[in-house]
Amino acid sequence: MAEYEQIDLDVVVIGAGGAGLRAAIEAKQRGLRTAIVCKSLLGKAHTVMAEGGAAAAMGNVWSEDNWKVHFRDTIRGGKMLGNWRMAQLHAQESPDRIHELEAWGALFDRTKDGRIHQRDFGGHRYARLAHVGDRTGLELIRTLQQRAVALDIDVFMETKILRLLKNPSGEVSGAVGYHRPTGKMVVFTAKAFVLATGGIGRSWKYSTNSWESTGDGHALALWAGADIIDMECMQFHPTGMVWPLSVRGLLVTEGVRGDGGILRNSEGQRFMFNYIPEVFAAETADNEAEADRWYEDHINNRRPPELLPRDEVARSINAEVKAGRGGPHGGVYLDIASRRSSEFIQRQLPSMYHQFKELAGVDITKEAMEVGPTCHYIMGGIRVEPDTAASTIPGLFAAGEVAGGLHGANRLGGNSLSDLLVFGRRAGMGASDYADSRTSGTTVDSTEIERIIDEARAPLAREGGENPYDLQRDLQETMQNLVGIIRTGTELTQALSEIDALKERVPNLSVNGGIAYNPGWNLATDLPAMLSVCTMVTMGAIERKESRGGHTRDDYPKSDPAFGKINFVQRLNGSGECVVSPEPLPEMPDELKALLEEGAH
Amino acid sequence: MADVVMRIWRGDSEGGEFQDFPTQVSEGEVVLDVVHRIQAEDAPDLACRWNCKAGKCGSCSAEINGLPHLMCMTRMDTLPTEEPVVIAPMKTFPIIRDLVTDVSFNYEMARRLPPFAPKDPGPDGTYRMQQIDVERGQEFRKCIECFMCQDICHVIRDHEENKEHYAGPRLFIRYMELESHPLDTNDRRELLREEMGLGYCNITKCCTEVCPEHIKITDNAIIPLKERVVDASYDPVAWLGRKILRRTKKTATEAANHRTDPKPVKASQ
Repeated sequence: MAEYEQIDLDVVVIGAGGAGLRAAIEAKQRGLRTAIVCKSLLGKAHTVMAEGGAAAAMGNVWSEDNWKVHFRDTIRGGKMLGNWRMAQLHAQESPDRIHELEAWGALFDRTKDGRIHQRDFGGHRYARLAHVGDRTGLELIRTLQQRAVALDIDVFMETKILRLLKNPSGEVSGAVGYHRPTGKMVVFTAKAFVLATGGIGRSWKYSTNSWESTGDGHALALWAGADIIDMECMQFHPTGMVWPLSVRGLLVTEGVRGDGGILRNSEGQRFMFNYIPEVFAAETADNEAEADRWYEDHINNRRPPELLPRDEVARSINAEVKAGRGGPHGGVYLDIASRRSSEFIQRQLPSMYHQFKELAGVDITKEAMEVGPTCHYIMGGIRVEPDTAASTIPGLFAAGEVAGGLHGANRLGGNSLSDLLVFGRRAGMGASDYADSRTSGTTVDSTEIERIIDEARAPLAREGGENPYDLQRDLQETMQNLVGIIRTGTELTQALSEIDALKERVPNLSVNGGIAYNPGWNLATDLPAMLSVCTMVTMGAIERKESRGGHTRDDYPKSDPAFGKINFVQRLNGSGECVVSPEPLPEMPDELKALLEEGAH
Repeated sequence: MADVVMRIWRGDSEGGEFQDFPTQVSEGEVVLDVVHRIQAEDAPDLACRWNCKAGKCGSCSAEINGLPHLMCMTRMDTLPTEEPVVIAPMKTFPIIRDLVTDVSFNYEMARRLPPFAPKDPGPDGTYRMQQIDVERGQEFRKCIECFMCQDICHVIRDHEENKEHYAGPRLFIRYMELESHPLDTNDRRELLREEMGLGYCNITKCCTEVCPEHIKITDNAIIPLKERVVDASYDPVAWLGRKILRRTKKTATEAANHRTDPKPVKASQ
């Protein structure tokens, strides 16, 4: 008999980044018995890494801005694959969510008239990102953390969830996991669960993501029977550090370009002018003089091509390096030193200054940074009902990076932090309403719990098996090499068979050293989720035989309008295998369609 | 590639010892890279915390050659390699395992802080604040909660018994942040003096020296707080001024009563 502690609540939120904290705050404010369960310490989740800002059409810097322009930018930036209702709610509600943070203690940078300052970012027509220098994510998570503490929300830190459980009538009713410091097992039962577990980037070799981003929520939802969409749509951020090797992949904020930084190749050419796609030609400057004037006058000039959406910039950098015009470490040059004063750079981009100075020995106020694309964000995720954040299975809700739909095939910078706030709150509302009206019990099957615990603990009992770190390294190699920024059918098929081979090594994993705070064992319990998620990404990528947003196929380099009308939905079939099916996108109402056509400039 | 011996503390609350790991170091590597390599190749159960690997989350604090540092921001080429590089867990907090300590003390102290209580917004429902007025608070909000200032502070490093009534530098900057917040209405000065042990700090500035965010903890937070607390207690002019001007800030007792039943964050034990 496996021993475990059982804890009963109304709403359990899994994940303590921006979305999870905001969801828990909402549920607690509505009077529900609410707890947060998270893999790290409170305040360390990946949101803390977000640098540039949170996009919200407050119109503080450009009064021309409003939700309709933000909606348009989001849908067009997502290459028309985004869910219109999510994009509408997001654009409409972001300003209120930002103002709410101020009422909870956040201190954003100000405009001269004392309002929240907003900065320029790629794909956004107006300066729209509320920010604190370049450490906005820290401000956001700390504000929400302090609000959660003020509300006295229970937090189970350093606790990993292995599986979700259903009651006999099929509603999600429990979650099995363990406390990392002790290794002791725990079962949470509740009337509603919110997944806010973030991304999946740990499965790539060069990534901006931390050890936590193993796709736990994507996998938990899939295994519990939920629909997952758009998993082929991965974002490679155009600007990651490339040198030294030990920091390769580390994020360099888009704020560098938003604040005036430009990209040059090894020949000194400002190459982005050569990569302006037709769809953005009307709103993108085609010469340096106009691009430079834009920073002061957005109305009479078009945006610099460095501020095209991330997918365009990442692909362009990739092409330059491939053509032999890269720097010594395989990147291109991001230069703000020659464009802005040292004081400006240190005020607007303090953590970039700090990061390059301490880790690379580069002074970004004096010299250019060498940068290249890095795995950053998954647009795809759990299919949700936009207004309530409900997944397709009862009792389960999702918000933030783990949810799919808002960002379509490519996310605009700054839309993630506002996504967390808008849909974190909505998930909290949806889960609370569901919990309040739920009449069925939360009885879960103890045999199933014991099976899950036994399976999780198996590597501890096994002798002489494989080191989980070796398996993780091989998975990262496969995904980096075969399911990266540029994909082809043959490589994707090869990746799928390699992932299958890796899955067969899981039953042979073994770890020494006991159950208390054992990272090797913790990784062994993360790997099943990582492998499931990588399968979904690869399967989606095989099916989408076109290039769109973050998904680029070398063998199908153009966008195909027919594919632009469908999501690839993945779910388990009757025999527990993941299957992909194309399903039509929800039809956008005509009045919103009209917004997309309006004012390309 | 340079050869180096990493001498890492292994053990738990029952005890432990240093273990040597000879390894090679590549250009640009930080201590955390080397610890990760040891973890991946030699000791998969070597416990350490980390998240961002970029000095932004404050998870990987440890004592390197006797002083607190973030492992992710300490380049190996800044350390002497003739001697072993000694890596130990933070001393002030109870050990869970290897380099991982139980830092719940800090979360408990955060819970005991009377929360932010804003005044009403302007007529349009939003707040107006000038950049110059938010900058003081922004300095303190750079804090990544690495807890190294708490670790180095001798008030609790050497005196476990002080933890009950000493908030520590990390929390003092939080108190000062709220004290200088343009919108906050709570007055926490009496609480700071009577229950949070502000007087125990004798301004040795150890906390400021180890802060990876270069926050001037002593000069910009602790000393101004001490001055304000003294003013609040003893200054008859300030007292009279408060009476006359009918300060809107809540009294310390009101502020402290906000939470009558302090409840710790679950430490997953």
